[in-house]
Amino acid sequence: MSTEEPTNPSPDQEKIGVYVCHCGSNIAGIVDVQEVAEWAGERLKDRGVVVSRDYKFMCSSLGQELIENDIKDKGLTRVVVAACSPHLHENTFRTACGRAGLNPYLCELVSIREQVSWVHTDKDAATTKSKAVVSGGVERVIHHEALEPLVVPIHPATLVVGGGIAGIQAALEIADAGFPVYLVEREPSIGGHMAQFDKTFPTLDCSACILTPRMVSAGGHPNITLLTWSEVTRVDGYVGNFTVTIRKKPRYVNTDLCTGCGICQEKCPKKIIDEVYEAGLGYRKAVYTPFPQAVPRYPVIDRENCTYFQKGTCRACEKFCPTNAIDFTQQDEFVTVEVGNIILATGYDLFDPRRVTQYGYGRLANVFTSLEFERLSNSAGPTNGAIVLRDGVTTPASVGIIHCVGSRDRNFNNYCSVICCMQGLKFAHIVKERTGATVYNFYIDMRTAYKAYDEFYQRVLEEGTLFVRGKVAEVTDAARLPGEDGKLIVQVEDTLASVQRRIPVDMVILSSGLQPRHDAKEVAHLFGLSCSADGWYIEKHPKLDPVATMTDGIFIAGCVQGPKDIPSSVSQGAAAAARVLGRIQQKQIALEPVRATVDEAKCSGCRICNNLCPFNAILFHEDRMVTEINPALCQGCGTCVAACPAGAISGTGFSNEQILAQIEGLLLLNLQPLHATAAD
Amino acid sequence: MNKYLYYPGCSMESSARAYAESLNAIVDQMGLVLDEIHDWNCCGATEYVGISLTPAYSLITRNLALASAQAAKQGNGTNTVVASCSACYLNLAKADHFMQERPLLGKNVNEALAAGGLHYEPGTLEIRHLLDVIINDVGLDAVSAAVTKPLKGLRVAPYLGCMVPRPDYEGRWSDHEHPMELDRLLSALGAEVIDFPLKTHCCGGHMTQISPSTAFELLGRLLHAADQYHADMMVTVCPMCQMNLDAYQNETNHALNTHYQMPVIFFTQLMGLAFGKPATELGFARNLVDTRPALSRIGVEAPAPAGPPVQPRKVKKTGLPMPSMPGHEEVHE
Repeated sequence: MSTEEPTNPSPDQEKIGVYVCHCGSNIAGIVDVQEVAEWAGERLKDRGVVVSRDYKFMCSSLGQELIENDIKDKGLTRVVVAACSPHLHENTFRTACGRAGLNPYLCELVSIREQVSWVHTDKDAATTKSKAVVSGGVERVIHHEALEPLVVPIHPATLVVGGGIAGIQAALEIADAGFPVYLVEREPSIGGHMAQFDKTFPTLDCSACILTPRMVSAGGHPNITLLTWSEVTRVDGYVGNFTVTIRKKPRYVNTDLCTGCGICQEKCPKKIIDEVYEAGLGYRKAVYTPFPQAVPRYPVIDRENCTYFQKGTCRACEKFCPTNAIDFTQQDEFVTVEVGNIILATGYDLFDPRRVTQYGYGRLANVFTSLEFERLSNSAGPTNGAIVLRDGVTTPASVGIIHCVGSRDRNFNNYCSVICCMQGLKFAHIVKERTGATVYNFYIDMRTAYKAYDEFYQRVLEEGTLFVRGKVAEVTDAARLPGEDGKLIVQVEDTLASVQRRIPVDMVILSSGLQPRHDAKEVAHLFGLSCSADGWYIEKHPKLDPVATMTDGIFIAGCVQGPKDIPSSVSQGAAAAARVLGRIQQKQIALEPVRATVDEAKCSGCRICNNLCPFNAILFHEDRMVTEINPALCQGCGTCVAACPAGAISGTGFSNEQILAQIEGLLLLNLQPLHATAAD
Repeated sequence: MNKYLYYPGCSMESSARAYAESLNAIVDQMGLVLDEIHDWNCCGATEYVGISLTPAYSLITRNLALASAQAAKQGNGTNTVVASCSACYLNLAKADHFMQERPLLGKNVNEALAAGGLHYEPGTLEIRHLLDVIINDVGLDAVSAAVTKPLKGLRVAPYLGCMVPRPDYEGRWSDHEHPMELDRLLSALGAEVIDFPLKTHCCGGHMTQISPSTAFELLGRLLHAADQYHADMMVTVCPMCQMNLDAYQNETNHALNTHYQMPVIFFTQLMGLAFGKPATELGFARNLVDTRPALSRIGVEAPAPAGPPVQPRKVKKTGLPMPSMPGHEEVHE
C-alpha cells in the first residue's frame, strides 16, 4: 500500500503554511508541538508545505501576524492551523488570512486540543496523532476552493413566540426601538405564568401590579401586532428572510365589535374547571377571558365545552351580547408574515407531581402543587387569597413545603429547577403572614443565590419557619402515633440531626420543578432548533452566547432555555432583543458559503434527503424529479451529503475529494516511505 | 392457553397452602397452564444471600437450570418462569440479573452447578410474578368476564409488600412506590378497594424470628392503617406477608396492646370467590384470623379456622440482659 502512488492531485503549485499552537500548556502539556511542527516542515515538504511553525498562542495578535507575514512574504496559497476546535477560532484564522489577502476559505483549522491533548494522556501517542491530524489537514486544504460569502438583506420585522414576561420584554424592546414585532401567544391572553402568581420573591412585589402595565404596553404598542389564541404552524426561509405561517384559532368573537364588557361570561351557563390559568383550582365559563386584566380583553369560546357547539342549542352569549360580537361561524385563519429574526420564549410546564406517587398528590386532598398554591394565595384567585384546605373553609394550622419535587432526582429530572427554593421561602412567608400556621420547609440544599435572595432566606428564618434538611420519603395519611389522626404525615430523614422524623401537618405544598413544554420537541423541529437531553433548547454557547442558537436568526429567551426566575427571564428577553436589533441595524448579513449542492445529473429523485434537513433547506422539483438545495437556508451540516445514496450531493468544504484526501492524510498514505528517501 | 414453567416454592406446600389451593382452583378458568419445575428446591428465602453469595445463588440458580433444561427437553414453547411467592420471585429474578451483571458470579455459580451436571445461561428465562402474569397476560378483561359473584360490598386493603414491585428489573409495574395493579384486579372482582397507603411497606419479613419487637411494630402499622380505613380484610400476594400478618396478629396485639381481628388472605382466594367457587375449596379454613365475619357481609359462608387462635408465646426470661447501646433510646423517639 505504502509504495503506491498517492491518488491526490499534485500539490506542486501550492505553498502551504502549517502553524501548530501550544495553547499555553493546554496542548503543549501533552503534545510535543515543536516536534509536530518540525515533522510537518520536513515530511510534508513534498506535499506543498513550505513553512511550518509552532507558537505559544496562535490566536494572539502576534500569532496571527506570524501567519499574515508568511502569506505576504512567502506567498502562501493555503494555511493549516493546528490548534483548538473550529467552533472556537476558525473565524479568527480565516479573518487573519483575509487581512493578508488570502481567501479566508483557503485556511483549515484542525483540532489537536479537544480531539488530542484534552482526551489523551500518553504523550508519545498524542504527538503521533497530532502529526496525523496535521497531515490530514494538509491534504484536505489542497482541495479547498476560494469562496465568497453570500450577502442577504435583513427584514426589519421580528417574530416573538410566547407572550410570557420574557417574550413581552423582548417585544417591547424591539418595538420601542421602532421596528415591527409580531407577538404570538397560544393562550387567549398574554401574561404567561407570571400572571398566575400572587407575589414575586424576594421583594414580595405584587406580581400582577408589575406585570399588567407591561402587558398593556405590549397590547397597545403601535409597532406590536398581537396574535393571541394563535400558533405558528410553519417556518420557511432563513436568517433575514423568514416566512412564518400562523394559525389564528377561531375566537368566535368578532374583535372589531367586542368591547370586553364581560356580559357573555356572566350569562354563559357552562362552568368548567380552569386547568390552565387557575391550575385546576378554580372555574371559568365556556366563553372566557382567563383573568380580568387579560390582554387583549376579548374573550374566546372554548369549543370543546360550549353547549352550543356540543349540543346545538344555547347561544346565551349571542343573545345577551350588546354589540352582536359573537360569531359562531368563525374558522381557522392562516396568516403569513415576513420577518428577519425570530425569538422563542415559549416557557415551561410544571412538573406533574402525580409521578412522585409517594407524595400522594391526586390521592391526598390536602397536597397541593406550587402553582395551585399560587392561585390559592392570589387575592384574585378562587378563594380571594384565603389560604384554606381543599374543603374550602378550614385554615391550616401547620403547613409542610417540600422542595425539589421532580428535580435533582435521578428518577425524574436530574437538573435543579432553580426557582423552587426561593418559591418555597416565599410560600412560607405568605402562609405565616396570613394564617400564623407552623410552617416547615423540607429541603435538600438551600439555594438562594442572586441579589437579595439570601437576605430573604434570613428573614424567613427569623419569622420562625422551621427548616428540615432531608429528602421527604413519603407523605401519608396512615396515622399511627398520637396527634397524627386526620393529618398528613411527612416522613423525612433529618440529615442534620440524623434522626427520622414524622411531622404531622394539615397541608402539604409540593414545590414542583419546571420542565420543558410538553410539545417542546415538535416546536424545536418546527424552528430547526435542537434540544438538550432534558428537552431545553440549546443556546449557541452556554456562557458567551446564551440567547442565540445554532440556527442563524433564531434566538431564545426565558425558561425555554432552562429553568430561571423572573429577573433572568427578563434579562434574556432584553438580551435577545438587543441581538435582533443589532442584526436589523446591519441591514444585511453575510452567510457562510459552506453549502451543499446537488449534481442534478446524478440525482435520482429518491427524496431520501428531503425530510432529513434540519433547516428545511431542501426543495423538490416535481416536474424534473430532482432535489435542489436553497443555498441561503443550508447551514452546511452535511446530513444530506451523507444520506444521498447516489452521491449526488456534495458540500462545499466537505466534498468527497476533500474527505478522502483528509483520510489518506490521516493514515499517512501521502508520505514518501522513509526508507526510499534514505536509499536516494 | 398461556403456558408457563412454574416454581411454587416451599411455602406453597406449607404455610401458604391456602394460596396453592386457591390458585389451583382458578388456573383453568384463567387459561393458565403451569408446568411445575421437576425436582425444584428451596430458593434460600431472604437469609442465605446475606451469608455467602456463590452458594446462595447456586441454590437459586439450580431451579433456573432445571427449568431451562425442562423447557428445552419438552419443547413446550415457553421460557417464562412464574413464581407465586414474592421472595422466590425476587430471588430468581435477582439471580438471573446478577449473573448477567457480574460475570464472575455467573462463572462461579455455573462451576458449582456443573457438579450436578447442570448449567444456566443467564438471560435465557423470563422470570415473572403470578400477579404480573394475571394482570398482563391473562388481562383484566378476562378476569372480569370470569366473575360470576362480584364481591360487592367487601372493603379490601391491597397489600403488596416490598419484594414484588422493587427492584423492578424489567419495568413491569406501573410504579414502585404506589403500584395500582392489585387495586385494579380487586376492583375487577367487584370489591371496594381502599387506597391503602402502606401497600408497599415492609411486613418485617423474618424479623419475627430475629427481633420480634421490630416485627410487631411494622405489623402493627399495617394492621392499624387497614383498620383506620375500615377494611374488612387485607389482600396479599406474598406468603411471607400473609403468614406474618395472620399468624403473628395475636402476638402483635399482645405486644402493642391492640385488638385487631383483620383477616389477611391471598388474592387468589378472592378471585376464586368471585368466580363462584365455594369457600371450602379456597383454603379459607387455613386462615388463622377468622374470615367468617368479613365474608358474611357478602353472603359467603366461610369455614371456621382449622385450629384455635394462636396464643402469644410466653417468653421465658432466662437470658442475661443485653448491654444498652448508645443511640437506642432515640430510635423510638
